[in-house]
Amino acid sequence: MEFIQQLVNGISLGSIYALIALGYTMVYGIIKLINFAHGDIFMIGAFIGFYAITVLKLSFFPALLISMTACALFGVTIERIAYKPLRNATRIAALITAIGVSLLIEYGTIYVRGAQPEAYPSTVLPSTEFKFLGATINSQSLLILGVSLGLMILLQFIVHKTKIGKAMRAVSYDTEAARLMGINVDNTISATFAIGSALAGAAGVIFGIYYIKIEPLMGIIPGLKAFVAAVLGGIGIIPGAMVGGLLLGVIEAMVSALGYSLWRDGVAFVVLILILIFRPSGLFGKNMREKV
Amino acid sequence: MKRTKGFWLSIVGALALYAVIQFLITSGVLNDFYQNMLITIVINIILAVSLHLIIGITGQFSIGHAGFLAVGAYASAIATMNFNIPFLAALPIGGIAAAIAGLIIGIPSLRLRGDYLAIATLGFGEIVRIVMLNIEYVGGASGMMVNSMTDWTTATACLIITLVVIANFTNSTHGRACISIRENEIAADAMGINTTYYKVAAFALGAFFAGIAGGLYAHNFYIIQPSNFGFLKSFDILIFVVLGGLGSMSGAVIAAVLLTIVSTFLQDYPETRMIIYSLVLIIMMIYRPQGLLGTKELTQLFKKHATVGGKSDGNKNTAA
Repeated sequence: MEFIQQLVNGISLGSIYALIALGYTMVYGIIKLINFAHGDIFMIGAFIGFYAITVLKLSFFPALLISMTACALFGVTIERIAYKPLRNATRIAALITAIGVSLLIEYGTIYVRGAQPEAYPSTVLPSTEFKFLGATINSQSLLILGVSLGLMILLQFIVHKTKIGKAMRAVSYDTEAARLMGINVDNTISATFAIGSALAGAAGVIFGIYYIKIEPLMGIIPGLKAFVAAVLGGIGIIPGAMVGGLLLGVIEAMVSALGYSLWRDGVAFVVLILILIFRPSGLFGKNMREKV
Repeated sequence: MKRTKGFWLSIVGALALYAVIQFLITSGVLNDFYQNMLITIVINIILAVSLHLIIGITGQFSIGHAGFLAVGAYASAIATMNFNIPFLAALPIGGIAAAIAGLIIGIPSLRLRGDYLAIATLGFGEIVRIVMLNIEYVGGASGMMVNSMTDWTTATACLIITLVVIANFTNSTHGRACISIRENEIAADAMGINTTYYKVAAFALGAFFAGIAGGLYAHNFYIIQPSNFGFLKSFDILIFVVLGGLGSMSGAVIAAVLLTIVSTFLQDYPETRMIIYSLVLIIMMIYRPQGLLGTKELTQLFKKHATVGGKSDGNKNTAA
């Protein structure tokens, strides 16, 4: 069953997009900034996971945790140094800064360690294949899907059941009113960056295990596609990012299955432009008129 | 009256500069390296000024300018190489092809603003690159062979035409309408300005000149490849405009000249170049978000009470 096989591949890829898209959507929801550097945090996460596994000889879960923690710290540092001074600047200034940060991380990484790619060791996770309805499913992809879903459920819990989640929702709804109610807006924004970056770091490690090859510029295309996924679901809406990511992964897998794998990257952007034209608020979003 | 005098003076100045450099080239003082650098500078100025029209004047944040460059480059290269059309006729063909692409991306853009438009144009640039990558007719990933035909005279002529057209457009009724859209689109709309028309017009005109630059670019070397037109190229052009000042044509020109010279000498250290670029972008946005010249033109710096362009000159809320 070719169709089910492609569906499985698409969902695995889509869950990686969804993890990155969550960070985009949370940051956009709270400070209305397309954090271009998010895809590069994903890349940093992949490298930290790689070094944790090969140099420190750790197994999958400790490496994942280290990568998530380091990325969370990294995300908060970027926010404090580069984005915080621009809290009241124009959107374009913030966007250009984000582009600058993205380039700085990419080429800083190349400067430090060179541009050569690395290969994730294949022994990190046990890989057994089994048949399901005629499709070959690798145990790795099941585990990846499990980890992604687990993180997403954890995120839903944090956002809806904890105090910091409540603060995040309040700041995203109305920053000024939240500040008047005694919410520490700066800390809340930092927490958003930390959680989003940790998810991107996890996505990096998962990507490395699933696709083996990692390199300093690997964050660009998945980062852009995750943004497409976030827009597809409705930017600022957490369930939207998950559905958007999974949907985009499945669309890409189907396009490849039809024999147009070279056009795969283009399809994501066509989806983006179509959704922006016909439903700019995304699949889950409500249309809002801009106030004067 | 005064403006026409300044206009003719700058034309004479440009022609004099052209003549001096042409003399240096024919007398052999400037070798191939410097000639190539001069042509690259000219191409980058055209690109910077054409993007300045879209971002700086109309306030439409477009980060897919390399897409227009690519359309112009490939269209003019196909014209000269596959249809034997003379180079001088192929340049406008590239421009028109890019302008059509500008219309295609400009018409959806009426529904988008700010970040959404930025990401849509980025997507458009990537789509152009991927299409070129997959069409065998233009050589796919390995690229397309092009004869080297761009020389100093053609490049300067294109540059002067671009500067004159865009400067006059900016100072016309249309340009004022575009500036009002930049300052506040909703208010401009409420004052009866057809925002859709002017946004699309600015897109098409900016794209046209990017296409001309593409034609010059394609015929400057012997090969064009889709990888030359990725979004790093778009960011390069964006940096010229941002560094020079969002809304200042002379700023865009100065930034394009400076950064082209810097990056030519840093050619052997591409990482260092990109690190410098990115640090410049970040530090600039934090400490001087309006760019080197803000919305002012170079000539205004020498006047005492320069109030052209509205009272929000130099204000960080400009070009929102």
